[in-house]
Amino acid sequence: MLNTGSTSADSTLVANQGPPLWLLAELTYRCPLQCPYCSNPLEFANHKDELTTAQWIDVFTQARALGAAQLGFSGGEPLVRDDLVELIEAARELGFYTNLITSGMGLTEQKVNAFKQAGLDHIQISFQASDAEINNMLAGSRKAFDQKLAMARAVKAAGYPMVLNFVTHRHNIDEIEKIIELCLALEADFVELATCQYYGWAHLNRAGLLPTKAQLDHAEAVTQRYRLKLAAENHPCKLILVTPDYYEERPKGCMNGWGNIFLSITPDGTALPCHSARQLPVTFPNVTAHSLSHIWYDSFGFNRFRGYEWMSEPCRSCDEKEKDFGGCRCQAYMLTGDATQADPVCSKSPHHDKILAARAEADLPQPPIEALTFRNERNSRIICKS
Amino acid sequence: MPILRPGFRLQWEPIQNSHVLLYPEGMVKLNESAAQVLLLIDGERPIDDIIDSLAGRFPNVPGLDEDILAFIEVANAQHWINIR
Repeated sequence: MLNTGSTSADSTLVANQGPPLWLLAELTYRCPLQCPYCSNPLEFANHKDELTTAQWIDVFTQARALGAAQLGFSGGEPLVRDDLVELIEAARELGFYTNLITSGMGLTEQKVNAFKQAGLDHIQISFQASDAEINNMLAGSRKAFDQKLAMARAVKAAGYPMVLNFVTHRHNIDEIEKIIELCLALEADFVELATCQYYGWAHLNRAGLLPTKAQLDHAEAVTQRYRLKLAAENHPCKLILVTPDYYEERPKGCMNGWGNIFLSITPDGTALPCHSARQLPVTFPNVTAHSLSHIWYDSFGFNRFRGYEWMSEPCRSCDEKEKDFGGCRCQAYMLTGDATQADPVCSKSPHHDKILAARAEADLPQPPIEALTFRNERNSRIICKS
Repeated sequence: MPILRPGFRLQWEPIQNSHVLLYPEGMVKLNESAAQVLLLIDGERPIDDIIDSLAGRFPNVPGLDEDILAFIEVANAQHWINIR
């Protein structure tokens, strides 16, 4: 409320800011897959430094003391860190609910059990599609699908609750019935049917990923049919369909508000209010230089878009600003070049035509999957140079 | 016999000054009465024992048993607990 929106480093604090409740630990940008919709930054190849085991445990300790209760181990692929058991053990000991968010690549039955011993609470495995061929093509790995199936079974056998995450887009969303059936057969407790959101690599590949309105309507109808069926059977599996912002008329209340409950730490220790904020023209603090308490409550980066003073019109005088906080700062920046603009998803935004143009583009034929820019070191370096 | 669903955890959070129910990627902040019921759900106590125990501790609360049953029904419908 007191934020002046100035770009100087001494921004004033927002009164009554609560603690971070969620900590996302992006342990590494290394990953054996090459998904063209990865939300990691395009220039990830420029950020090779990773916090040490002791530095991560220090971050967990500080975050827990501030009040964080949920911890996600993510990446990249977190399994490539060889200290994962140690990190899980430390986090669980501190009282975190620990979530491993993995592609399943590099997972073994032995690791599934070792993580359980260390106190891991839950494993989420992401799939690219229900069909082996399309999954493998998207993941850039021939063996990916069989490996994921085997690991999903191992996770359930070890007694974990399991979330299966399917990223959907124009090439696989029509298979949604098969996807749901597969998840039910694997006894998933929660299924996230997450339509791509257009950040990072997905933004680069948007035209080749965004489904049409008709595809989305079909997916929603099928999901709803299954929800009713599961409810009638008192089946515990919960289906969560994330629809893309591009088909909304009002923006999402992104991250429940900037720097409100969510704290993300990148592999090199940069602290962010959301995992894609690194691209914004805002200086973010690093855990190797500042305490988490300073970062959360006092830093310029975390106070930059707290409250409402930073807003421009139409958000500033909008009666929905307390509900959606003007939408997503990253989306505003990517589509308008100005992070203080309304999220163009909003039909009140003067830049909403960009969203309408993307929808119109989705109705035209688009190149096949093979033509997308895959997320790998080589492509990242080319992007860094240009 | 009610029991917490596997992977769900009840925990006191001093910063939030309340009990919370933690589950995959989610957290529910519980009010005090909900927490008192869930704390007694350990897979070994039948519902009648839970009611007796709370009635002993809060003897002057009218309609306590209906409230407890109603909450257990909600918790079951939310799949926070299983009844076996």
